[in-house]
Amino acid sequence: MRLAPFRILLGLFCLLVAVWLVMPTLVIIPMSFNEKKSLAFPPSGFSWQWYENFFTNPDWLSSFFNSLRVAGLVAVAATLIGTLAALGLSRMKHSGAGLLRAILITPMIVPGVVLAIGIYAVYLDYQLVGTTTGFVIAHTMLAIPFVIIAVSASLEVFDVRLETAAASLGADRFTAFRTVTLPLIAPGILSGLLFAFVTSFDEIIVALFITSPYLKTLPVQIFTSITRDADPTVTAVGTIIFIATTLIISAGLIISSKSTRS
Amino acid sequence: MSQTSHTPTAGGDHPRPSGAVQGPQPRLRLATYPSLLAMPALLLLIAAMGYPLLTVTLRSFSDPAWGLQNYVWFFSTPVNVTVLLRTFSIAAWVTIVCVIAAYPYAYLMTAVGPRLRLVLILCVLVPFWVSGVVRTLAWVILLQDSGIINSVIRLFGFDGVKLIRTQTGVVIGMAQVLLPFMILPLYSVMRGIDLRLVQAARSLGARPARAFLQIYLPLSLPGVFAGAIIVFILSLGFYITPALLGGPRSTMLSTLVQSQVLSLLNWGRGGAMGVVLLVATFVLLALAAPLMRQRHKQASRS
Repeated sequence: MRLAPFRILLGLFCLLVAVWLVMPTLVIIPMSFNEKKSLAFPPSGFSWQWYENFFTNPDWLSSFFNSLRVAGLVAVAATLIGTLAALGLSRMKHSGAGLLRAILITPMIVPGVVLAIGIYAVYLDYQLVGTTTGFVIAHTMLAIPFVIIAVSASLEVFDVRLETAAASLGADRFTAFRTVTLPLIAPGILSGLLFAFVTSFDEIIVALFITSPYLKTLPVQIFTSITRDADPTVTAVGTIIFIATTLIISAGLIISSKSTRS
Repeated sequence: MSQTSHTPTAGGDHPRPSGAVQGPQPRLRLATYPSLLAMPALLLLIAAMGYPLLTVTLRSFSDPAWGLQNYVWFFSTPVNVTVLLRTFSIAAWVTIVCVIAAYPYAYLMTAVGPRLRLVLILCVLVPFWVSGVVRTLAWVILLQDSGIINSVIRLFGFDGVKLIRTQTGVVIGMAQVLLPFMILPLYSVMRGIDLRLVQAARSLGARPARAFLQIYLPLSLPGVFAGAIIVFILSLGFYITPALLGGPRSTMLSTLVQSQVLSLLNWGRGGAMGVVLLVATFVLLALAAPLMRQRHKQASRS
């Protein structure tokens, strides 16, 4: 085959790209067991001290729980508001739907810092800096586009005639929605929920501006500890997040493969 | 569920509900005005994005006094113009690197078996499993002077390269973060390309390179455009990666905005910079949108 050398080259190139994609994630894990307080690679020795530090240091723990609380509230709020919007958009017939969709998705494109200084300015006026309410409002706005996209994708393949069929069998609109539409678009809503949670849990730029010593989220704590000193606790946190995500995703895959089999 | 899977997917275009579906008499106002369902989202957007952006814009014209002085200052200070141009050039480099890395990768995703494809997709998704800030720290570890990349380079007998606190380092880090946004749209376009067209060209005597350039490449361009625009626009607003990986000579506009507002408390100048960034983003988007739509039409026509 004349194409063989080309294929090998393609394979090697893609291997390099894959390594480039994955390496930063994997390099964090060995670093988290470092014995010394340094970020030099390769790490030397073995210790659990950075994990210990994470679980005992009140700064790290409180920021972690703050992030969980904010992200949980954001996930619920954004999923609710975003799903409603996606349903409305899918039912709109005139040309306004495209424009409205474009407007609702703009938070994804607006440069983070510009949004952050604006929100900071407004929050200073309304005493929302460093409050859970402030975080939830800002993050919900940022998360809604992801919910709309996820739910719209599952509405795209949803056959509207099913709802009409339910209506023709005597179901009122709400019953038809609850018993037919909702179960069918549930995977989209669920992935929207996850995206919303992650968006908030991972958000840093707006958080850096509206944070206060009394309310820090985990990314803010990570950022300040990176810029202040080379604290390897960050790598322990990164490893914990990585393992937690892997477990959640594997569980999701197992559940979904079981439900499709049955 | 089975009904939905039986709907013909020939055009890939599901017919939107037309007037005929509206058969049952709408009892609820929500049914007649579905846009009402989007109102909560729109109101939140106006409160949490529209109002803040309006505030920034107003301050850029009114702080400390009404007028254009902040914009005059911005464009007449050489440092700012340098940073503005640098922001665009870094974004362009990141986009180019992403296109070069993503194109073969997305192609391979369409060409391999399902098992290897899963591995390739996992490689794209794994970066998302760790928080963005942590990933940037990982790049600090990798790029530092005693880091892995420099060790590998020295292993081959070359001199170490200065990567951290340089523009190259920033581009490497940013491109890795943004690569999935390039790979995924490219993959979805490439998956839809009918490979029989390439075979037809080959059977008519075209050499592989020519068949690729004349058939495959033009058909995959919508994916390249879509990905490139997303990557470029997202890079313009990058803040964390340049702040941690870059040095004073690779500052991007976002960092300047931040320091004007937080360190110098100069809302007018910071706001003016923010507005410049915002306008650049939307002008690009407005320029790119019709281009993307046109390419899409061409692709679906052929």
